[in-house]
Amino acid sequence: MSTIIFFLPFILIYTIFAVYGERKISAFIQDRYGPMEVGKYGWYQTVADLLKLIQKEDIVPKKASKKLFLIAPVIIFTSIFCGFVVLPITSSWEGTLTQNGVYFLLAIVSLDVVGILMAGWGANSKYSLLGALRSVAQIISYEIPVTLSVLCVIMISQSLNLQEISYQQGILINAFPDMENVKNYLFGISALNIDVTNWGGVFTWNIFRAPVLIPVFIIYFISTLAESNRAPFDLPEAESELVAGFHTEYSGFRWAIIMLSEYGMMLLVALLGVILFLGSWNTPLPNIGNIMLANWTTGEPETIAGNLWSVFWLLSKALMWIAVQMWVRWTYPRLRIDQLMSLSWKYLTPFAMFLIFVSGLWRLLMI
Amino acid sequence: MNWMTTIFYFFGAITVLSALGILFTRNVLHATFLLMLSFFSVAGIYVLGNASFIGVTQLLIYVGGILILMVFGLMLTTKLNGKALVTENHNRLIGVLLGTVFFSILSYIIIFSANFEMLKSNKTLPENAVEFIGINLMSNYLIPFEIAAILLLVALIGAAVISEKRKEKQE
Amino acid sequence: MSNETASFGEILIYLIGGIVFISGGLFTAWIIRPKRPNEEKLTTYESGEDPLGGAWGQVNIRFYVIALIFLLFEVEIVFLFPWATVFGREELIEATDGLWGWVALSEMFVFIFILALGLAYAWRKGYLEWDKPEIKPSDFKGPVPTEKYNAINHKYSKFTSEQPKK
Repeated sequence: MSTIIFFLPFILIYTIFAVYGERKISAFIQDRYGPMEVGKYGWYQTVADLLKLIQKEDIVPKKASKKLFLIAPVIIFTSIFCGFVVLPITSSWEGTLTQNGVYFLLAIVSLDVVGILMAGWGANSKYSLLGALRSVAQIISYEIPVTLSVLCVIMISQSLNLQEISYQQGILINAFPDMENVKNYLFGISALNIDVTNWGGVFTWNIFRAPVLIPVFIIYFISTLAESNRAPFDLPEAESELVAGFHTEYSGFRWAIIMLSEYGMMLLVALLGVILFLGSWNTPLPNIGNIMLANWTTGEPETIAGNLWSVFWLLSKALMWIAVQMWVRWTYPRLRIDQLMSLSWKYLTPFAMFLIFVSGLWRLLMI
Repeated sequence: MNWMTTIFYFFGAITVLSALGILFTRNVLHATFLLMLSFFSVAGIYVLGNASFIGVTQLLIYVGGILILMVFGLMLTTKLNGKALVTENHNRLIGVLLGTVFFSILSYIIIFSANFEMLKSNKTLPENAVEFIGINLMSNYLIPFEIAAILLLVALIGAAVISEKRKEKQE
Repeated sequence: MSNETASFGEILIYLIGGIVFISGGLFTAWIIRPKRPNEEKLTTYESGEDPLGGAWGQVNIRFYVIALIFLLFEVEIVFLFPWATVFGREELIEATDGLWGWVALSEMFVFIFILALGLAYAWRKGYLEWDKPEIKPSDFKGPVPTEKYNAINHKYSKFTSEQPKK
């Protein structure tokens, strides 16, 4: 069964709640109320916004290159949406089984840069073009650290298949084909000889299986913030200087598509980060002696309980990640463009290259 | 016709049509974005030809990398002052001649260097192509692999030097 | 049809699904939205001023150089992916008496080192530097004497990196 029947409605519903959540979180941080008018505590505010956006006129500036301008949002959304195809949702419901796995995800997501360039150039507005150029420069610069950090995880887990990576990080490790005899050791070091395969929980999460992944995780978090154009890396749509960046000229439903893609990207990087570093759909609770917390909160694959537990853990971790992204956005000031570039090329990229060696050594010592 | 053949012809048609579009459009930016469509459908053809790793690489390198470079290059080298970037026709006779010569050389090479016998052979594909490539890169094709690294280094330095010169000229 | 090709069928479903979803939304919007264009509405937005010229023009060479460096790193990464999935395989390491892992790792060490040289070159030559804004000191003379400002700066100097001017 294709995972599209889950992800397509989920992205829409999640975006409605995430926009509301973001406004409430920002209001809390800035000591205001946020939306309060529509429904109790402003619950229906984003639904009302969405209905309003559908009714708005679709304005194409006279000087714009019409074809590029109209197609661009479709490309931006579709490329990000295709990234979801390889993600597993539960222990027995995974996306496509291609051997390229996460490599495909990185490739298809890089296509949204083309859409942004089309939007910025097509609009023929100075704000749009400047925003698009900055956006593209930023996204391609941070794509290198993102890819290198994903690579570190692949080196530890020796697989591009995200479902296999998920199984490795929990008590169900031996239920995956070809991994019947694999054991998880504490910190991944077999020399310590502390077998944590049956402990499960956080002890088998990737950042615990190989603590070298903790700095990698930090690099991934920072660079994916920039990939999804979120503050403090929101220069492309810096309101105070570029109005709205590459989507200045968009209105109505086309603008809504671009917003949807931005939130979709946040969800995508959060889900990918959870799968790669934070134990995917595995429970955070370990087995302690006879108290089998991990077994109780995981369930067997292919059963209803197993599916419900795993989708619950995966989504709650991902939504928590998104909450942190929002918290960061409303806490830190925006970077300047030269700081942005030097952060990516002079700090994150060399550091990620160094971490690749450390992960390689760790992997060889793990065996 | 089964599904596979239909999809193959679909991607093939997109490739050819967008390539023709590149030829006939006057707007250079439109041509680049048509080129993207062409690259994309070529990736689809790779996948249908059981070379999914190459197909994904095509997406990553050509669509996500080279195309961006081309667009930046176009934006960099033209002085537009707000007009659309269009091409004009000059030297039609020489152009047609050169085009014909190139086309015949390329089709000669493609037709005569292609090994059509391979289509008939029932060589089994490796179960996991990515691992197969990885193992071979590290064993049988080690020297080309390391030379590729040096090539990349040379390309980086060369490109940097060229852009340095251009920058001086600009100022 | 191999399993691998079949698995891309699902990707095609996503591709079509995404486009259909967007087209459906755009179609719905097209039915209910008004269309009343006028001259003012169709002008390019420039913060309320009448736009001067278009936006299409020459861009900074920095963007080109960054895209170039990115492309070369991307090519490197393409080589790294197949390697990363096999260099630590237990069965391969056992088959070669533990040699495989270390050999593969050191080969990749050489590969990445050569590219790191390229990055170091670009860094050294200053291609990674972005044009920084020049901060010109203002010759504005305010009614508040400078000492007062310096006193305040000094008072809060532990919050800023700049030392107060004497």
